[in-house]
Amino acid sequence: MFDFLSDYDDPSLLGAFWVTVQLTVFSAIGSLIWGTLLAAMRVSPVPLMRGFGTAYVNIVRNIPLTVIIVFTSLGLADIFGVAMGAPDDFELKYFRLAVLGLVAYTAAFVCEAIRSGINTVPVGQAEAARALGLSFSQVLRLVVLPQAFRSVIGPLANVLIALTKNTTVAATIGVAEAALLMKEMIENEAQTLLIGAVFAFGFVVLTLPTGLILNWLSKRLAVKR
Amino acid sequence: MTEVSVAKEEVAATGDLVVLKSVNKHFGALHVLQDIDLTIARGEVVVVIGPSGSGKSTLCRTINRLETIDSGSITIDGKPLPHEGKELARLRADVGMVFQSFNLFAHKTVLENVTLGQVKVRKKDKKAAEERARALLDRVGVGAQAEKYPAQLSGGQQQRVAIARALAMEPKVMLFDEPTSALDPEMINEVLEVMQQLARDGMTMIVVTHEMGFARSAANRVVFMADGRVVEQASPDQFFSNPRSDRAKDFLSKILHH
Repeated sequence: MFDFLSDYDDPSLLGAFWVTVQLTVFSAIGSLIWGTLLAAMRVSPVPLMRGFGTAYVNIVRNIPLTVIIVFTSLGLADIFGVAMGAPDDFELKYFRLAVLGLVAYTAAFVCEAIRSGINTVPVGQAEAARALGLSFSQVLRLVVLPQAFRSVIGPLANVLIALTKNTTVAATIGVAEAALLMKEMIENEAQTLLIGAVFAFGFVVLTLPTGLILNWLSKRLAVKR
Repeated sequence: MTEVSVAKEEVAATGDLVVLKSVNKHFGALHVLQDIDLTIARGEVVVVIGPSGSGKSTLCRTINRLETIDSGSITIDGKPLPHEGKELARLRADVGMVFQSFNLFAHKTVLENVTLGQVKVRKKDKKAAEERARALLDRVGVGAQAEKYPAQLSGGQQQRVAIARALAMEPKVMLFDEPTSALDPEMINEVLEVMQQLARDGMTMIVVTHEMGFARSAANRVVFMADGRVVEQASPDQFFSNPRSDRAKDFLSKILHH
């Protein structure tokens, strides 16, 4: 029944899902960093930074991911000549462009999750930190964000799960991840339903443990008040 | 006690540490601080009392600029309060603050709470900071709780840790913003005792409180505030036995009726 799977070896099923995992991991790290910086901007005392953070989030999260990913290819790469450090390696170039697009998009959601976490930290925590003589960035890094993160592990798990599934959009610019392979298989094979089930199962295998582990972590790391 | 207070007057003679000059602040339409003039000498213990909403907490918070002021000036050790940035942070490190709601860092252990400022602001090495932290925690009687998290401690213990955290920075002056108001009655004394010890050791203290007993026994001076103004300043003996203003008489008659 699954014989057809062995006809595909560049990439293989596992190889394609491995690309999905890589897209997810790099984009997750990138969007966590960029999203945290955006959240810091949105609570900063500098109006320019606050304005930039707010504008960024409200613009980017309202653009369809497909448009953003296609823009990285047709816009950044083709018009502006952005090669992401790999002008000759096509595969790597488009992989990196996809990560860039996913980071830009997902960071907006990470930012909002973290910002809501910052709002759960009592004002007194920051006041006490300022009263000790810590600078704005120290207050944020040492006192506010560690507590904010712990309170938003649950919402961040949602963002991560959405990100895992959103990596399928990278197929639109030809990144050889799971969804692209699925499309190819559906075009070539007769067992359409079976193919769909295989790929759906693959994603569940990736996202279910993510959700369970992060849920457990969020309970374990919860800040007791 | 008499010897100590004599010693204190000598220390006090060495100069003014905190000087507020015609300080004004509004919260919207509310004129919460009205032309406040106040001078606190080195080594002096000043207790600020007054009815709720009189501006005493706000006054306390303006001294390390947790609240900004609209006009007037505040100087600490001869230097005007900086507006923002590094200068302000440096000044805050010299001004210890203890809050009504303790505000211990909830994600850090008691020990980490007391070492954080020393390491990150004073740039001490971790070992020296921990040594000092443990000594201070012993001094305020919570040495055995060093590895616990704030939520595992009683209110009184938390507040004593908060005092240790502030002392760890070796501040020039300590601000206490209603330090016992959030405590169960049985825990108030353990905190007041620590504060009295501090006062005896010669720390400059500005204490906003409703604890008249503390004001009587530990203060060099009582500042009575009402409706955003300093209505009366006097020694505790004079203030409690013979208040001059009607507002203070009225206030005292309501709280000292036993």
